[in-house]
Amino acid sequence: MIEIRHVDKWYGPTFQALKACTTSVAKGEVVVVCGPSGSGKSTLIKCVNALEPFQGGEIILDGIKVNDPKTDLPKLRARVGMVFQHFELFPHLKIIENLCLAQEKVLGRSHDAAVAKAEMLLERVGLKEHARKYPAELSGGQQQRVAIARALAMDPIAMLFDEPTSALDPEMISEVLDVMVDLAREGMTMMVVTHEMGFARKVAHRVIFMDRGEIVEDAKKEEFFGSPRSDRAQKFLSKILSH
Amino acid sequence: MFANFDFDVIRRSLGYLFLDGMTFTLTLTALSAVGGIIFGTLIALMRLSGFRLLGRIAGLYVDFMRSLPLVLVIFWFYFLVPYVGQWVTGASRPIAVGAFTSALVTFIMFEAAYFSEIMRAGIQSISKGQPAAANALGLTYAQTMRYVVLPQAFRNMLPVLLTQTIVLFQDTSLVYVLSMPDFLGAASKVAQRDGRLVEMYLFAAVVYFTISCAASFAVRRLQARISIVR
Repeated sequence: MIEIRHVDKWYGPTFQALKACTTSVAKGEVVVVCGPSGSGKSTLIKCVNALEPFQGGEIILDGIKVNDPKTDLPKLRARVGMVFQHFELFPHLKIIENLCLAQEKVLGRSHDAAVAKAEMLLERVGLKEHARKYPAELSGGQQQRVAIARALAMDPIAMLFDEPTSALDPEMISEVLDVMVDLAREGMTMMVVTHEMGFARKVAHRVIFMDRGEIVEDAKKEEFFGSPRSDRAQKFLSKILSH
Repeated sequence: MFANFDFDVIRRSLGYLFLDGMTFTLTLTALSAVGGIIFGTLIALMRLSGFRLLGRIAGLYVDFMRSLPLVLVIFWFYFLVPYVGQWVTGASRPIAVGAFTSALVTFIMFEAAYFSEIMRAGIQSISKGQPAAANALGLTYAQTMRYVVLPQAFRNMLPVLLTQTIVLFQDTSLVYVLSMPDFLGAASKVAQRDGRLVEMYLFAAVVYFTISCAASFAVRRLQARISIVR
């Protein structure tokens, strides 16, 4: 589903953010990407739907080359859902309008069909009664669940999560993770940048460990948590699992 | 001290001053503000676009307009446009451009430079995550601007845009150089006809002051309301 091959990315002439990153996500697979801050994991996931340009290598999304100048990027992005660290709901639109905007403008759904879909998804993430509120009236956890619903409203073939719980207060993390776990169990293809190792243990198929722009380890979940091969991954795990 | 003044001249000319003069002034202000905001937004988008040439052109335009006194622009535009039009269309005589059209186009062009800086600040005040989220949903650049970025930028900048419109309202009085019947022009005509200069210009000042002050006050209240909603 997602093929990442030898991707290089530079910020300016000197700093290389990604170094020959190669990995893939198969249909129905849940891949967790972890690593210390500044390791390039968020950059990598943003390259997948071309929110970040990259200079070398290629990314193939469902058979379509992302970094081909001829690719219709809006059309491609509409098929992949993305959830951001800071939710990025549109503050001037009501919750229901947040969910309907792209359905109507991008997919060309009728207003009624978009509203029906939006209400169904809000019900699913437990926020149907908040449909007529503005994002600022909701808690962080609720906003992030809305953001997931907004992405799902486009009927995506895969979902990208960029540190979806990092900006949340601790008591709100589980309500977001619960929604993600449900999604994973339904067979959604997911690439998740997160430090939530509990989530990784529960639903991930594979774990990718990145450090300084490189994919250091790319292993099945059992292998990764059982016996990481690289020193750097071992150190990282001991640091985040010791408390 | 007011013994020699005849303030009744104001009462006698109220109809002309407000029905003709103020209507003209307000029409010119409203149309210029709307046009200026539309073109100003386009200029702001050019400046913020990734295309360096477009940005450079827009930047030069803004600097050029801001470096000239408005009254000169009004004056030159009125006298030059007929000849420029003749040159462009290859007509045998200068084309006739009405004074109102000429003034309106001048104000739109001039104000666009100022409104563009306001809109630019407004667009830059939106976090990068917003257009990223819109793009991730499949919205095109134009859709992202229209449905996500510009509505928020406009809302954030509304008080400043309105304040600039109050300045514009006062600036429209400069059309006197084209001897047009705006509020000040009308007052000045009555003043000269009846020889009541002090009375009429005093009255004009009071009217401009009252309207601008009331509008400023309304903008401040609006600002307070918006900041609570956010």
